[in-house]
Amino acid sequence: MRLSVNGGPHELPEGSALTELVATMAPDARGIAVAVNGSVVRAAEWPATTLREGDLVEVVTAHQGG
Amino acid sequence: MEIAGQKLGPLWLGTGGLTNLETVQRVVAAGAPGLMTVSLRRFSDTGNDSLLATLAELGVRLLPNTAGCLGAREAVLTAELAREALGTDWVKLEVIGDEQSLLPDVVELLEAAESLVDRGFTVLPYTTGDPVVARRLVDLGCAAVMPLGSPIGSGRGIADPHTIEAVRAAVDVPVVLDAGIGTASEAAQAMELGCDAVLVATAVTRAEDPVAMARAMRLAVEAGGLARGAGRIPRRESARASSPMRGRVGR
Repeated sequence: MRLSVNGGPHELPEGSALTELVATMAPDARGIAVAVNGSVVRAAEWPATTLREGDLVEVVTAHQGG
Repeated sequence: MEIAGQKLGPLWLGTGGLTNLETVQRVVAAGAPGLMTVSLRRFSDTGNDSLLATLAELGVRLLPNTAGCLGAREAVLTAELAREALGTDWVKLEVIGDEQSLLPDVVELLEAAESLVDRGFTVLPYTTGDPVVARRLVDLGCAAVMPLGSPIGSGRGIADPHTIEAVRAAVDVPVVLDAGIGTASEAAQAMELGCDAVLVATAVTRAEDPVAMARAMRLAVEAGGLARGAGRIPRRESARASSPMRGRVGR
C-alpha cells in the first residue's frame, strides 16, 4: 500500500503497524513523535495502530531552531 | 523569574545556527542560559540528534517552539508533537502571519493559545508589542508573554521601547523580550524596561564570536536587571550639576 510519510510517497506491506514504520526510519525512537492524518499517536499506541492506504504520516523530532 | 513553579535565569538562547558541538558547549558555559529553544521538524537521518544529546548532557532546559506555523491548527499539532517528543508541556507558541515579515498573526495566536491552555500546556506566546493582545493572552491562561523588539533575525533592537513598557504594565506574568536583539546593550535595555528575561538567538549564534557574545548577553541582562531594580533617575530637560556650585575657585 502507498502512503505519505513526511510529505513523500512511501510503500509498506498491507496491514503494517505504525511501530514498524518508525523502526525502519529511526531505530532509536527516543525523541520521536508521530502524527497520523493530523492527530498525534502516542508511542504506547504505535504497535496497535494499523496504517492504511493513503494515510498521511508525520514523523518528527526536535531540531535546532528559535 | 519563575514560570509554572520553575526558577529560570534571565538569558534564554535559541539554538538555530548552532551546528558545531564544541561551540554549543562553550556558548552554554559562557551564557548560562535559563533555557534554550528548539524547533520541531520532520525526522531525517541527517538530523541534529547530537545537538540535543549535548544539550541534555549539559542539563539545559529545552523549550520547544512552533516556529514557522502559519495557523492555529498547525501550531497546536506541532505543540502536541513537541510534548510527545520532548516530554515537556511547555511551548513557545509562534503563529506567524507570513513568511516575509514573520510577525505574529494575533487572531490565530489567540485561538491557538486558548486551545493549548485547555490541553494542559504551559504556553509562552511570541506576540506583538500590543498591551491589549498581551492582556488577552494572559486572560486565556498564558504563563508569560514574549513581545518582539523588532522582526525576527533583524538585529534592529527594540524599535519602540514604549510598547515593551506598555506590555510590562499590562500584565502580571513574566515578560520575555523576544526577537530583534542585535547586541548586548539592547538586551540590557529590555531588562531596564521591565522584562524578566530576554530570548536571543541569531545575535549570538551568528555573531562573529558566538561565545564572546553569549557572555556579553549574560552580563547585559544582569546589568539591565540590576539597573531596573536600582531605580534610574528621572530624565530632565536641563542640566543639573553634580558638583556643588558654591565655593568654586576664583568666584
